Amino acid sequence: MKHLEEYRDKARCDALLQAIEAASTRPWTLMEICGGQTHSLIRNGIPALLPDPIRLVHGPGCPVCVTPPTLIDQAIALAFQPGVLLCTFGDMMRVPGTTISLQTARSQGAAVQMVYSPLEAVRLAQQTPERKIVFFAVGFETTAPANALAVMQAHLQHIDNFSILSSHVLVPPAMTALLEDPTCVVDGFLAAGHVCTIMGQQVYRQLAADYKIPIVITGFEPVDLLQGILLCVEQLEKGTWKVENQYERMVHQDGNAAARELMEQVYTTVDRDWRGLGRIPQSGLALKAPFDRYDAALLFDVQEQPYVDHSGCRAGSVLKGSLSPTACPLFGKSCTPEHPIGAPMVSSEGACAAYYYFNNN
Amino acid sequence: MIANAPFSLSCPLPELSFDRIMLGHGSGGSMTRQLLDEVIFPALDIQGEHDGAVLEPVTGRMAFTTDSFVVHPLFFPGGNIGDLAVNGTLNDLAMCGAQPRQLSLSFILEEGLPIADLWEILHAIRIAADSAGVAIVTGDTKVVEKGKGDGVFINTSGIGTLLPEANIHPRRIQPGDRILLSGPMARHGITIMSQRQGLQFDAAVTSDTCNLFPLTRLLLETCGKDVHFMRDPTRGGVATVLNEAALSSGTGIHLLETALPLDSAVEGACEILGLDPLYVANEGLLLAVVAEAAAAAALAALQSHPDGQQAAIIGTVVAEHPGMVIMESRIGGKRVVSMLPGEQLPRIC
Repeated sequence: MKHLEEYRDKARCDALLQAIEAASTRPWTLMEICGGQTHSLIRNGIPALLPDPIRLVHGPGCPVCVTPPTLIDQAIALAFQPGVLLCTFGDMMRVPGTTISLQTARSQGAAVQMVYSPLEAVRLAQQTPERKIVFFAVGFETTAPANALAVMQAHLQHIDNFSILSSHVLVPPAMTALLEDPTCVVDGFLAAGHVCTIMGQQVYRQLAADYKIPIVITGFEPVDLLQGILLCVEQLEKGTWKVENQYERMVHQDGNAAARELMEQVYTTVDRDWRGLGRIPQSGLALKAPFDRYDAALLFDVQEQPYVDHSGCRAGSVLKGSLSPTACPLFGKSCTPEHPIGAPMVSSEGACAAYYYFNNN
Repeated sequence: MIANAPFSLSCPLPELSFDRIMLGHGSGGSMTRQLLDEVIFPALDIQGEHDGAVLEPVTGRMAFTTDSFVVHPLFFPGGNIGDLAVNGTLNDLAMCGAQPRQLSLSFILEEGLPIADLWEILHAIRIAADSAGVAIVTGDTKVVEKGKGDGVFINTSGIGTLLPEANIHPRRIQPGDRILLSGPMARHGITIMSQRQGLQFDAAVTSDTCNLFPLTRLLLETCGKDVHFMRDPTRGGVATVLNEAALSSGTGIHLLETALPLDSAVEGACEILGLDPLYVANEGLLLAVVAEAAAAAALAALQSHPDGQQAAIIGTVVAEHPGMVIMESRIGGKRVVSMLPGEQLPRIC
């Protein structure tokens, strides 16, 4: 833990907060992309410490939150198939599909097990050849390489009772979708440090140039986040739109070549539905041949239904920063942390859940 | 084995004609008799002459509690389900301000359980009860078919007598009171989780299971009625207890992140697993709310005991934001420490 202390230092944070205040001459709205950054911002109480002109909008970077209910329905249907054991990361358990969550499904007799890594699911497949192990592969570019590795391992070792239900999503198409929306009020982005650790910086250069928007690749500790905000504000004040790398200790120019190569071998990009944002072109990853024989969506006769959101949920507008959570007609009524409808109500640091806890306690 | 003989961990498992629990051990017939007479009664020093215990009358107020224990794995660094069950029950009584006196124990055993495992669990029970000076006065044993239990389930009840100084109730919590924690958080929960998942950390993490009565007695003897509220934050952790306290007392709670005691190995494990230690279970941790004027003496009293050396004042009760727990982060920001809707789940991002 010692190496993290310097990034949690109060004196450094105080100095950065002063520098941000000194640099800001007018209001700016920044979006942090990653759910991990949102978590750290809320956990450290950073939004309230920032000077008034700086407003943070929490982006769509929590993979669990943006997984569409229809895909969770598909995972639940798989878990009810005879002989199937559905393995999932813990925080996916509570997220509701159209009607119930994996947690509720388990109480109704579905075979669902929490795992900490996709390789654990591969091991389960090896140990229980009589069961069909399906791993619910959720995540952004950060978890995609590990899940690709699991598929590769199953392939090389001929473990045919292992498959994945891919819910992988990609950050840049989501940023493009937000920027294309005329109601989007975001002036600058804090890009997700760990995603860039894998993917590198190149794709963000194109985005910054196309939309004339500063993008600062940012880490997760308080000092990282405040430095990221400062760099972004300085660019906005100067009128520049570069990609800057605050998270130099982790992110290299070209990312992690080995991980990217593995991803290219195993996945192809596909259109994907996002909870609250709808369908985003080429924003997801699916297994490509010959690895598609490990694709649970193809192996089992359990199809994903089209995602049509009739709920009236305004999560898309909340995520774009153009609507306050409390202005959504569902907020606190049909949509609560116990029964979330939109992505920002799913995790406790989602914008809607954070508002809910402040207003209802 | 002779009843009342000095008992120690070196007591060998008696020679038996069976080495695993069988359904017949729950039949009520001679196999049940054999299990009781040759294993359970001698290990726990119970006479077993009646189905119930006959107790002497006591003067003053009494506390009564019940609890069930279903931990998996049964054995973990720092303890097993046996001492966990005894300590958990003692602690429920201690938190009322009571001195634990008598316990009951009911076992639900799964067919196939190795007798050696049961023996080790009984040993832990006996040592925990003896060292706390409480008597196990009655109990019961049932056996369920293989696959219908998890080795051993234990249900307990406990009786205690209230210490004269005790006046413990969340309604007594007032603005200005200080919140004390007797030691580092999250040790039990992280120990169990790392055992279940086979996770290895640089430093060994062990459960904190222990009898908290020595600490509560010290606190009550030192501060008397200035001790307003006590609780052992088990499931749901420190955050859940504080939220309940804030809601029942109608006060606000202000926590200081930098004051929270946490072992570095546990902190590292929480970071890796994406868990907030404030919500992770403890089994030997005391959270006390005491009057401002008594806080320094209360802290010194806790720190004078080996189980309270790392005790700390972690926050203050305030009149603002009633019903809410707000924590000041290490960098001076604030966040709401809310009640979780369900169990805390490891985060992916």
